[in-house]
Amino acid sequence: MSDVTRMTASEIAALVARGEVSAVEVTQAHLDRIAAVDDRVHAFLHVDAERALAAARAVDERRAAGEELGPLAGVPVAVKDVFTTKGVPTTCASKILEGWRPPYDATIVERLHAAGTVMIGKTNMDEFAMGSSTEYSAYGPTRNPWDLTRIPGGSGGGSAAALAAYEAPLAIGSDTGGSIRQPGAVTGTVGAKPTYGGTSRYGLVAFSSSLDTPGPCARTVLDAALLHAAIGGHDPRDSTSIPQPVPDVVGAARAGASGDLSGVRLGLVAEFSGEGAEPGVMAAFRDAVDTLTKLGAEVVEVSCPHFEYALPAYYLIAPSECSSNLARFDGVRYGLRVGDDGSRSLEEVMSLTRDAGFGPEVKRRIMIGTYALSSGYYDAYYGQAQKVRTLITRDFTAAFEKVDVLVSPTTPFVAFPFGSRTADPYQMYLADLFTIPTNLYGGPGISVPCGLSEGLPVGLQIMAPTMADDRMYRVAAALESAVGTLTPPEL
Amino acid sequence: MSTTVLPSYDEVVARYAPVIGLETHVELGTRTKMFCGCPTDFGGEPNTRVCPVCLGLPGSLPVANKAAVEATIRIGLALNCTIATWCRFARKNYFYPDMPKNFQISQYDEPLCTDGWLDVEVDGETVRIGIERVHLEEDTGKTLHVGGATGRIHGATESLVDYNRAGIPLVEIVTKPIVGTGAKAPLVARAYVTELRDVIRSLGVSDVRMEEGSLRCDVNTSLAPVGSAEWGTRTETKNVNSLRSVERAVRSEILRQAAVLDGGGRVVQETRHFHEDTGETTAGRSKETATDYRYFPEPDLVPLAPDPAWVAELKANLPELPRVRRKRLQQEWGLSDHDMQSVINAGAVELIEQTVAAGTTPAAARKWWLGELSRRANETGVELSAVGATPAQVAELQGLVDAGKLTDKLARTVLEGVLAGEGSPTEVMTSRGLEVVSDTGALTAAVDEAIAANPDIADKVRAGKIAAAGALVGAVMKSTRGQADAKAVRALILSRLGVEG
Repeated sequence: MSDVTRMTASEIAALVARGEVSAVEVTQAHLDRIAAVDDRVHAFLHVDAERALAAARAVDERRAAGEELGPLAGVPVAVKDVFTTKGVPTTCASKILEGWRPPYDATIVERLHAAGTVMIGKTNMDEFAMGSSTEYSAYGPTRNPWDLTRIPGGSGGGSAAALAAYEAPLAIGSDTGGSIRQPGAVTGTVGAKPTYGGTSRYGLVAFSSSLDTPGPCARTVLDAALLHAAIGGHDPRDSTSIPQPVPDVVGAARAGASGDLSGVRLGLVAEFSGEGAEPGVMAAFRDAVDTLTKLGAEVVEVSCPHFEYALPAYYLIAPSECSSNLARFDGVRYGLRVGDDGSRSLEEVMSLTRDAGFGPEVKRRIMIGTYALSSGYYDAYYGQAQKVRTLITRDFTAAFEKVDVLVSPTTPFVAFPFGSRTADPYQMYLADLFTIPTNLYGGPGISVPCGLSEGLPVGLQIMAPTMADDRMYRVAAALESAVGTLTPPEL
Repeated sequence: MSTTVLPSYDEVVARYAPVIGLETHVELGTRTKMFCGCPTDFGGEPNTRVCPVCLGLPGSLPVANKAAVEATIRIGLALNCTIATWCRFARKNYFYPDMPKNFQISQYDEPLCTDGWLDVEVDGETVRIGIERVHLEEDTGKTLHVGGATGRIHGATESLVDYNRAGIPLVEIVTKPIVGTGAKAPLVARAYVTELRDVIRSLGVSDVRMEEGSLRCDVNTSLAPVGSAEWGTRTETKNVNSLRSVERAVRSEILRQAAVLDGGGRVVQETRHFHEDTGETTAGRSKETATDYRYFPEPDLVPLAPDPAWVAELKANLPELPRVRRKRLQQEWGLSDHDMQSVINAGAVELIEQTVAAGTTPAAARKWWLGELSRRANETGVELSAVGATPAQVAELQGLVDAGKLTDKLARTVLEGVLAGEGSPTEVMTSRGLEVVSDTGALTAAVDEAIAANPDIADKVRAGKIAAAGALVGAVMKSTRGQADAKAVRALILSRLGVEG
């Protein structure tokens, strides 16, 4: 038997279904891999071998009983630590939630169980999903398997690194401004942000409610599509969930794998012509566009004039919502409590708890958001940002009248060295320059490996209209069929 | 030592014009909470009617309760409001431990219902109260401060929070400023809350019990010199827990503010607490430094867009509102305005209506409820509806009178038995042996007995001295212990003695 940790999720599921390997063996192999490499990678905040093996045994028993297994049964999956998991620690990589074990599972987690996948652990991230490097994790950063001196992207760097380090074949992320796609790009893996409302937010600890989107991470486009289909679809517990079936992303990924893109119109955003992006990234991107053209796609340049305001609008809307969403972490009901020695007032205990429990980036955004929502500033900041959001949505709508999908580099730069962007928050924020417009619009986007720059992975981003997630999978699968997947150096 | 002599109320309202405003919170009687499936019943062990959503646990999301939205729209329609075709919930951000998320899901600049009115009667005059807005929000939990002397946070050693109430749907009804009511301001405030309570009760959307907190009222009061174009600084009085307290709170604030202004001081914009025992208010939280609630549209909930056809249907199916109903009943019962007002003041409208529905004439029903039963309610200090007799029992009692089984006097005795819990009127009548003796055989025997025992009197009657029969009637009434009808006894005596009456 070849090493199952190097297989794709669909390969593993097929072997399990045929009884050629047990789910327990698959899970154990991944646990062994984690034990071997995670002290260097630090993709996981919590690994629960016992629980994972029990879940794997249940799958094996169902198979032995002759039950029909789903297309991902027996496949280990790593879950970003921003999703609630019943009885399993959920920290959001923050000190303020240290030791908290939620009494309930997120909808996504429930669906993972229902699909027969095996939750192998909870992955590292920037605290409360705020960051682009995992350097803001309160429990130490995750390292990029391509180069352990470099960041794995963020906020979902743990999920992406777990894939690139072969610690898990599948992972779940959440994307508020690029937190699935940018880590996917810089680790040479696939990450998809579904249409907002296409995946349930119930049990996703909120950072920015109007932007947060759970989504799949994998090493291949088909695996991402299979995971997307397993977790997606309407959830009555999330009001913003769209009451429609998931677009046929799996069918689209299979269709795209044939390598035929004839009739597909690709839009190049004129405003993303490369300013601020590394030359090597732009070169790999242009090569990818050439490849897609050779596969039959037609390239059209479109203008999205308001995209240049996306970053500032995002950095008002997301912090504003975050300032309210994170108000509940006050030490009264759960998590950390500091200074409650009987000598201090409730306000003092809340204040000391929040001061000790939140890291610098979270505090920065809470303060920005509190300010932006203040009476007298609301219209100039939050109100204005919402108007920009409307204009960006119009840019997308107009563009999608001319083209089927938009393409861009996923992120302007390859994985950067630790510490190189923490001194200036704006330099960090630029990592999401190309991904943020999609979040403001609410449509889907995917990052798929398209080549290397300076020996490090570059991602191509494909953006589609809302509830047309299948389109981006088709294009991504076609590119993958042409350029192949990327294999990092051995750890 | 100087003493401040409060000026008299009449004198104060001759010089100052009060402006009042009322903010009323009504807990809806929906089966489940506003944003989750937890039950809403009053009581229960602390923190047992909770789930991740109403505890605001990380990751949880609200889903709006359609029944609560419907109830709010119906309240809005009953208050003649415009119903929004599109509106949103908003987050009201402030830190307080009884709020699990440290923000309350409420409505801000896009309330569900706006710009309505409610007519109330005060001293026979109709006062139209403008309604600014009606909106929907979630209730908070309850904080219990223990270890201190007062039960308040000051001096307490520990604070406990019960989240059973957190997330119960709450409707906030805000009046426009009520001006020009002068001395009647306290009565107008009371009449408004009373009428509002009756309207909401008639809709069946809340039990509106002030004592259980399902109807809570904050009263804003300000004073300005009569004739002044500008209004004075207002205070907001909380802890006003009964209809009587609404009236007293306004009156007390008018007197207090007048004393402050007369003394050259200025009224501080603040929250004040009403005290049931003293009838006065004391200063609470100052609102001079207004809290910035940083309202913004709730991103976890989709906008509310009530279908106009549905709203029209709700409007068409509103029940008869109390004011209309009272007019109709007044006409049906043939009462003067004054008599109807007495019925309303006694809290007897529904009781009489139900008694009539059980088969009694309006006059008889009114006689019992406003007479004997009101007297009893006053003596025992309870609401008339809690006096201990039901409309069905009153109807049954009157039925016994109408059937000649009880005299009015006996009926009052039977009623005492009913109020004492001895059973239904018929049961009391039977067990106490109070039925009018109408069996002719038994009565004839008693008459014959009386004639035999009083031969002299009998002879006088036989001789044509009919007035003498009174003594024989008295003897029969005595022997039947008053359970015979005196007229019937008299007729029977004359008949037995062969005399024409």
